[in-house]
Amino acid sequence: MGARQGGMEYFLQQLINGVTLGATYGLIAIGYTMVYGIIGMINFAHGDIYMVGAFISLVGFLLLGFFGITYVPLACLLVLVFAMVFTAVYGWAVERLAYRPLRGSQRLAPLISAIGVSIVLQNFVQLSQGARVKPLQPMINGGITLVPDADFPVTISYIKIMIIVTTVVLMAGFTLIIKYTSLGRAQRAAEQDMTMASLLGVNVDRTISATFVIGAMLAAVAGLMVTLYYGVVDFYIGFIVGIKAFTAAVLGGIGSVPGAMLGGMLIGLIEAFWSGYFSIEYKDVAAFSILVFVLIFRPTGLLGKPEIEKV
Amino acid sequence: MKADMPATNRSRPSMSAMLRDAAAAAFVAALLAFPLLGFKLNATAQGLHLDMRLSWVPIAAGIVFAGRLLLTLGGQYVAPIIARRVAPDVDAIRRRLPSRSAYMVGIAMAAVAIALPWLPFADRNLIDKATLILIYVMLGWGLNIVVGLAGLLDLGYVAFYAVGAYSYALLSQHFGLSFWICLPLAGLLAGAFGVALGFPVLRLRGDYLAIVTLGFGEIVREVIINWDKVTGGPNGLSGIERPSFFGLPMLPTSMAPPGSTTFADFFGIAFSPNQRIWFLYYLILALALATNLFTQRIRRLPLGRAWEALREDEIACRSLGINPTLVKLSAFAIGASFAGFAGSFFATRQGFISPESFTFIESAIILAIVVLGGMGSQIGIVLAALLLVGLPEWFRELEQFRMLAFGAAMVLIMLWRPQGLLSHREPTLRLSDVPRKLVSESAT
Repeated sequence: MGARQGGMEYFLQQLINGVTLGATYGLIAIGYTMVYGIIGMINFAHGDIYMVGAFISLVGFLLLGFFGITYVPLACLLVLVFAMVFTAVYGWAVERLAYRPLRGSQRLAPLISAIGVSIVLQNFVQLSQGARVKPLQPMINGGITLVPDADFPVTISYIKIMIIVTTVVLMAGFTLIIKYTSLGRAQRAAEQDMTMASLLGVNVDRTISATFVIGAMLAAVAGLMVTLYYGVVDFYIGFIVGIKAFTAAVLGGIGSVPGAMLGGMLIGLIEAFWSGYFSIEYKDVAAFSILVFVLIFRPTGLLGKPEIEKV
Repeated sequence: MKADMPATNRSRPSMSAMLRDAAAAAFVAALLAFPLLGFKLNATAQGLHLDMRLSWVPIAAGIVFAGRLLLTLGGQYVAPIIARRVAPDVDAIRRRLPSRSAYMVGIAMAAVAIALPWLPFADRNLIDKATLILIYVMLGWGLNIVVGLAGLLDLGYVAFYAVGAYSYALLSQHFGLSFWICLPLAGLLAGAFGVALGFPVLRLRGDYLAIVTLGFGEIVREVIINWDKVTGGPNGLSGIERPSFFGLPMLPTSMAPPGSTTFADFFGIAFSPNQRIWFLYYLILALALATNLFTQRIRRLPLGRAWEALREDEIACRSLGINPTLVKLSAFAIGASFAGFAGSFFATRQGFISPESFTFIESAIILAIVVLGGMGSQIGIVLAALLLVGLPEWFRELEQFRMLAFGAAMVLIMLWRPQGLLSHREPTLRLSDVPRKLVSESAT
């Protein structure tokens, strides 16, 4: 952290950090919010899907090194595809094995199943990859100095630019998918009324599978970028990030995709500013406290639609 | 993406269809295994290396292929036999059981628990494990008030357990208060935390409540880790006073504080470390049974009835003049104070507490016990605690695979019985002149 905390430059730097962090939270939060919107369950294992995505991208990078592909932009692109594909299989399999048989049973059953899946994924990765923290040498160095002549130079590194740009592109593409494709229409229909949608010929099972696959792909992207950004991965990273991303989804209004992005940004910014200006130890406390306050004054989240309960 | 695999086929599928199904499952397994089993990331001093072990991928796929095929074949040939021969008998037995059988089973279980230390095969190890299981039974019964009776999803129950443990440890270290004074204080403090948390959030819908309680659990843990002047930080607090037998320390005479009479001296028996183990066992048994008795009785009071009514239909309750916030708050606070009691017992048993003991996984285990037990079934909770806490304790040697199996068991039990092990809820109130069959049908 910088020595001087007062100036505009310091503020700008925290803003950049916060937006970067918020971008990854937003990507993960979409997975939570979509699943919740359609089947009304908290997919507790989603944070661990993100962790699996981070491990798969690490494996991907080392595999490329093995094949001698070291041109960084190409490597990043290939690993992106590799991680998205294989993490998607994880997302699909989890839904198929642990959630689909429980559709229509009591409300808590899928949640318990999801907690079980989360424990399985964590321990599977711990057993197969070892409990040690996995470091990766920084691959993308350097950056742009925005305010060079100040006594606190504000820099935006290339990796941060990459994270923000990728997130914006993916979110835009994803919004278009929901708005204009038949899959998006099916998703929105299933969200409103699953029975009616299936009566009208929507393959609800396939739509839900697709939702899990997309959520896992976005989580894999977040996993890849966090791997590049922080350079360390371990089997436990999914838990706290998962909670924060879910917090982001609730904050933005669960079930609402723009809300998830907004919520992710807010959580990222809160965390960055809190650790920049107050204390780094209590940054998670700050994020959760804000969540509690928002829920007290606006229980549906920022962009959520109020739910009218009819008797 | 693969097309959906049919889970159960109505008509008898041909062998080739079964093989194709198993091959599809094996294909998915191979895809899953490829990145994480096929390679191992090896962190060395020189950096990260990739170890190849691609041979694991076909092995995993082969296991899944065989397993899937066996499962389908089993479903094909074994399940109908079970359905035809065994299930009617089980049903008949179940029908013939008297209506108070749950009560009798409960009494029998309590009797076994009381007699346990005297049984010939009971050694120190067994009693230790039984004590641990009883802690979870008590926590399960406490959480059952919140989740099972009031229908509030609490994912941060362990926070109140931590509050109880740290209150006892701090009160006894700083003010020299004994366990018996701290026990009610710890319960009160945990209950107060429950009110403080519940007051703002209980107006929220169920799932929001879940995430806020989850966040609260993490906040409590983070505060414990970071506030190291008071809580000892990640190192925890050690040297917590061991329990005394109502003021008589359970120590050998040589180690007892001067001027005090030890438990062994008072009763004129020789000191043995087993006395403390036995005492702790009976202490938690008494606490757990008190929790159970409390729950059984309060279900018959207006407050308990209001909890259950609220769980079933909040809008109807509102229209009948029940204040939902107040009723929920009472359930939350009472559930929390039982966690506080259990927490102070935990602190005195271990003599050492640290934030490690109060992670989310503990909350998950307790919630799993309640849900697997069948939400509101007191005996179901005991069975689930035995299964989820007791069974893994016996496989301590397989430490690494223990949690993996635990998670898999959680999923499998849910798939097998989504409504919990014992799902039957006995209504607390019956209309006497309505035929019983009608009531039990409408009560489900």
